[in-house]
Amino acid sequence: MEPSVVEPTRQILRMRGRSYVAFVFAPVVPIVGWLEEIDATLARSPNFFVGKPVVLDLSAVDLSQSAITHLVKSIEQRNIRVLGVEGVDASHLDASLPPLLTGGRPCTLQPAQPEKRETKPQMTSLLLDSPVRSGQSIIFTDGDVTVLGSVSSGAEIVAGGSIHVYGTLRGRAMAGVNGNSNARIYCQRIEAELIAIDGYYQTAEELDASLRSKPAQAWLDGKIMRITPLN
Amino acid sequence: MAKVLVVTSGKGGVGKTTSTAAIGAALAQAGQKVVVVDFDVGLRNLDLVLGAERRVVFDLINVVQGIAKLPQALIRDKRLENLWLLPASQTKDKDALTEEGVGRIIDELRGSCDWVLCDSPAGIERGAMLAMRYADEAIIVTNPEVSSVRDSDRIIGMLDSKTVRAEKGERVEKHVLIARYDAARAARGEMITIDDILEILATPLLGIIPESQDVLRASNVGSPVTLNSPSSAPARAYADATKRLLGETVPMMVPTERKGLMNLLRGRRAA
Repeated sequence: MEPSVVEPTRQILRMRGRSYVAFVFAPVVPIVGWLEEIDATLARSPNFFVGKPVVLDLSAVDLSQSAITHLVKSIEQRNIRVLGVEGVDASHLDASLPPLLTGGRPCTLQPAQPEKRETKPQMTSLLLDSPVRSGQSIIFTDGDVTVLGSVSSGAEIVAGGSIHVYGTLRGRAMAGVNGNSNARIYCQRIEAELIAIDGYYQTAEELDASLRSKPAQAWLDGKIMRITPLN
Repeated sequence: MAKVLVVTSGKGGVGKTTSTAAIGAALAQAGQKVVVVDFDVGLRNLDLVLGAERRVVFDLINVVQGIAKLPQALIRDKRLENLWLLPASQTKDKDALTEEGVGRIIDELRGSCDWVLCDSPAGIERGAMLAMRYADEAIIVTNPEVSSVRDSDRIIGMLDSKTVRAEKGERVEKHVLIARYDAARAARGEMITIDDILEILATPLLGIIPESQDVLRASNVGSPVTLNSPSSAPARAYADATKRLLGETVPMMVPTERKGLMNLLRGRRAA
């Protein structure tokens, strides 16, 4: 890689040398079998090669130029971008193929970890055993928040999960802030100033008068906030 | 060792200074050695309510700055020998108060009396913060109206986070004092009820002080209401509150309109 820096005034191309670490694939015969191995790896972790620079080391096989072209195409079809080729004679490569690389040195890579299956973030929960006072702001994006007491007017609770208030909710409650639209808000008496789930909110004004001061739960039905009695 | 008690509220004009003077005088009458400290720098009132405004030489700021020693600034009450006043400065402002200076003064006072009552200014800024910083106990004065209750709730939150005790993981013992309770309006349902106040604030009730002309008369003559008219309704309510502060169990009386007829309720305490 030779980045060039162009200065506006003097138009001089600066060429610099820099070394990078790439993954080296060394195909072996039979190529078909080797490609099947790649497919199996991709089946286990589809994004394993995304964004990784890959170099093809063709020293173990003897391929004609058309065969090399075919191989590179097969690999790129699998969403693997080939950065360069090594281990062949320059005559085998033409301009349409990745450039020939020389002088590669072995180096240790981090042991190739099969990418962990996207694990859901550990959901924890926060317990508050005293009322939340006016002016206090409880922010807990990692999970549910439970309050053993009331939430005063002028206080706010922001949770990544659900919010449970064993008391009167007078302040603001914002649940599911990390995009969790399944989060709910529960309270023993609803007198909230503002309720929000995953960004969809409702203020006290819009709260049905018949629900006020009763046990209630708030949940998202698509894009609509539903507040229903809890009993 | 003295108990440091802050009389605070958040909202202004609810009765902090009146209560500090009344309870301070009642404690002194009960034999306790009491120093009342005015933290309302620039807007001092405690000296007026105690009738000491013509004897102020040195004040809290002078002591913080080291210009005067504490005994030089303390003013003894003429009527109660156990009651002392440390007045605030009227000419300076709150920025002259430093946390370290206040800490020093509180420590010095702790050693020489039984009670240090800190009369907090209104608000949640520096003056109020410093008044509550070293407190062991707090009286939150609340009027039975919504804005006062919300401000009191805010102040309670700060007592649990901005005091030295809270920072050490200990608790500041809190009491709610409902002041300016108007029995006539309560009977008409025009005031937020006591139960609602206690439910919102979730703090034990120390007393209910009725609205009364006696309070204004007392402050006009420069005497705490408990001294000036001890048989008046507010004075008796303050006396009861003081007894509860000292650990006695006194049944809570909700002030009613009709004089002479008291509704005795069982001691009402909130969770």
